[in-house]
Amino acid sequence: MKLNSIALAASLFAAPLAIHGQGNGLNPADILKPLSDSWPTYNGDYSGKRYSALTQVNRENVQHLTLAWMTQVTPGTGEDNERHRRHDRDRPPVIVGGEGPGDIQVRGGSIKASALEVDGTLYFTTPDNAWAVDARDGHELWHYFWKTKGGTHIGNRGLGMWNNYLFMETPDDYLVSLDAKTGKERWHKMIANVDDGYFSTPAPVVVGNHVLVGTGNDIDSPGFLDSYDPETGELQWKHYTVPMQKGDPGLDTWASLDAARHGGAQTWIPGAYDPETKLYIFGTGNPTPAFTNGTRGAGDNLFTCSLIAVNVDTGKMAWYFQTSPHDMHDYDSAQTPVLVDAMFDGKMRKLALTATRNGYYFTIDRTTGEHLVTSKWGLHTNWADGLNKFGGPKINPEKNATVGGSLVSPGSDGTINWEPPAFSPETGLLYVSEHNSFSEFYLTDLDPRGSMGLGGKEEAEIGSGGTYLTAIDYKTGKIAWRHEYYSDGGGGGGLLATAGGLVFGGDGAGNLVAHDAGTGKPLWNTRIGYVTNPPQTYMLDGRQYVIAATGDTMWCFVMY
Amino acid sequence: MSIAAKQAPGSPQPAPPAQTPGAQNVSPPNQPAHRGGFVPGQKRPPENPAQVARGKLLFGINCRGCHGADLRGGDLGGPNLLRSQVALSDLNGELIVPIIHGSRQKMGMPAIDLNDADANAVAAYVRSVIVTIKGQGAPPSAGKEVPSILIGNASEGQAYFATRCSSCHSPTGDLSKIAARIPDPKHLQDAWLAGGSEEDESGDPDGRVVTAAVTLPTGETVEGKLVRVDEFLVTLTLADGTQRTFRRTGDTPKVVIHDPLKAHRDLLPHYTDQDIHDVTAYLVTLK
Ligand code: HEC
Ligand code: HEC
Repeated sequence: MKLNSIALAASLFAAPLAIHGQGNGLNPADILKPLSDSWPTYNGDYSGKRYSALTQVNRENVQHLTLAWMTQVTPGTGEDNERHRRHDRDRPPVIVGGEGPGDIQVRGGSIKASALEVDGTLYFTTPDNAWAVDARDGHELWHYFWKTKGGTHIGNRGLGMWNNYLFMETPDDYLVSLDAKTGKERWHKMIANVDDGYFSTPAPVVVGNHVLVGTGNDIDSPGFLDSYDPETGELQWKHYTVPMQKGDPGLDTWASLDAARHGGAQTWIPGAYDPETKLYIFGTGNPTPAFTNGTRGAGDNLFTCSLIAVNVDTGKMAWYFQTSPHDMHDYDSAQTPVLVDAMFDGKMRKLALTATRNGYYFTIDRTTGEHLVTSKWGLHTNWADGLNKFGGPKINPEKNATVGGSLVSPGSDGTINWEPPAFSPETGLLYVSEHNSFSEFYLTDLDPRGSMGLGGKEEAEIGSGGTYLTAIDYKTGKIAWRHEYYSDGGGGGGLLATAGGLVFGGDGAGNLVAHDAGTGKPLWNTRIGYVTNPPQTYMLDGRQYVIAATGDTMWCFVMY
Repeated sequence: MSIAAKQAPGSPQPAPPAQTPGAQNVSPPNQPAHRGGFVPGQKRPPENPAQVARGKLLFGINCRGCHGADLRGGDLGGPNLLRSQVALSDLNGELIVPIIHGSRQKMGMPAIDLNDADANAVAAYVRSVIVTIKGQGAPPSAGKEVPSILIGNASEGQAYFATRCSSCHSPTGDLSKIAARIPDPKHLQDAWLAGGSEEDESGDPDGRVVTAAVTLPTGETVEGKLVRVDEFLVTLTLADGTQRTFRRTGDTPKVVIHDPLKAHRDLLPHYTDQDIHDVTAYLVTLK
């Protein structure tokens, strides 16, 4: 390449003030449509299926999928980063916000976010950072950086969008609204106090004029879901996921009100939404203290480790189903529920499907919460002893953490963790990556008052009993097939199913793989490294693109 | 909630995401005076040591009976202050002092007769304990007095070993002195369950030798140490030290992996916890 063409390329990109996001933003009504050309919300559409109707890339031709572009992002202001400085002529200046002192170095590293694709622009995040990049060639349009006050920087699942506004949560518990075109901050609001141990990772989900915001916490604070006004950032309602007052439902499942108010049930994974019933359906996290009964007693500890449906206008709970009653292994039920309309026992039913971290799978009626199917989907899951009268697994106390150690499958990472599953209406199968780890759980805090937070135990990872791409039949909960991975990291950051008969996901061994949705057979792979987010797809200029992230790099594939 | 990285034994590319709050990249704080305690990266202003000392004394006199010597709740019904949102959020006494002065009397927290300076000293002391909370909300005492895990019966363990382990191991052969090599009983238990331990060079389960035989369509078979394998490639180190990579398409070429530890690992779903404790009690005698 000649010198003058480098200069030309640089000058094309070096006009930061002229660079903007493209298009006219996102009409909230558009999110109601099934997923096709764009990717306007965390799960693509509200159903949580992560099933794209696009068929240009399909079983027959996927082997021709090839690299369109890749782009590496640099979190932070870039001032302390040699690589960023070298490239900064190609990059717009970093827009800096935040209430922190600016010298706190906590980095959450990799891209675990689902990107939004709207009007040819991709929007994605890492903790404290948001980017807009051109969906056709990956060049950076803007970069927003939030100076943190601290907090657990474990991951960020991405942005929510309403017209021209974007919404991001930060590890120090702010909801930040950005102008989608410029990346400039509109306002920020405090969701929770970082001093109380809260840290926020979810992608806000926009439903009509509600911005739904959850959070996380490890030190015995109550979980909640908030709804904010997208224009002003005013709080519309707050729904606590544990009893907070005398008379609140579920209080009888705790030893005391004080225990319930410190009982956890965090809301750290975006849920699914059913427009017909106006119910937002999401999973809650573990009870706290996680590994000891002490203060929480022997009850079910509602509404921890549950699937909960709240009315999106009022925040009132319509139903719940507890997937891990009285959890003792940190098996957060923070999985993405999948909403499908499908045949069940000869009738069309409105269902919610969830394969949870504790190794159990459930089919629920999503209008009433009626329990329909429970099955054990983890190959070696051994901590429960039958089912309770509601259809939830009944804990076997002998498999709690003990002084001498108890061998439990799965380990507290779970059979699946946060990584979103996918569902194909064509095959009728729910796709999930299955991790059958064994851990030895030692009780280390014998204090009769119980421990605190995730303290009180030590966990030794003993080994793996196999990792699979697993297809579950929602009608029976039975495993349709298991496709074995060569690495425990199989499944990467989650899955994507397409009408082209494909399931995309990382294999944990350094590949992005397209599998045959009918059998799991790999049809295409590319060696881009460990995939850290769920693959996604969109259509532009008549071409279907597939994207996936590895660490700090976003990769984009297309067929020419 | 905790989300740990997953990694395969022998997997060519370890799953890298720093997914456990405890395991993430937190740079060491360069200002030791600012301690954030359990909130990663956070800087809380340092407390005045003299004020904290006075607060500690006053806490012992006025609060301890109800809230406990370690602040985690006492016999007389006061709640755990180390997980109290009021105490965690307090910056300057603004939340704790009014409670000391009686704002929660209806809820059973009496008004305590302390002047403002003394009430603020107690608040400073509470905050000084809060910064000692461990990661993921574990109490300050976490890891201090860990009970012995040796609760099994050694002779039961010896009998179990004879029937279930001795086909592959011997207490006088490969496992003689195993307890001298791995003296800590908990480490020994984890090591024998996993089939080795990182701290013990002879038995790192991730460092063990896995071999593979690759049979090409020509009928030629290539054998070597397995470097990595996935569905698309397999790489061996050959006897002469060079590496060779084969592309895999379905069952071609035929790849047979020999992982000596597989049979050991396959026992995991079959142990009862009693078996495990008994075997450990036996193995600690092999010094
Ligand atoms: C007679 C027992 C008793 C004594 C003595 C006592 N407390 Fe309390 N304290 C309580 C009770 C009971 C509560 C719970 C009140 C409630 O439910 O709001 C409480 C609540 C508190 C809270 C609020 C906790 C929360 O999360 O809401 C703080 C802070 C506190 N006490 C500090 C102190 C301090 C500091 C002292 C000593 C100066 C003290 N207490 C002495 C019984 C006591
Ligand atoms: C079918 C064969 C087999 C059986 C049965 C078996 N193991 Fe193993 N075990 C192995 C192999 C192979 C290794 C790996 C040895 C190596 O890497 O050198 C191993 C490793 C170990 C190690 C680590 C060795 C070291 O030197 O650190 C211990 C301890 C151990 N096994 C104990 C047991 C016990 C206790 C049982 C019975 C409960 C058992 N094994 C059953 C095959 C077996």
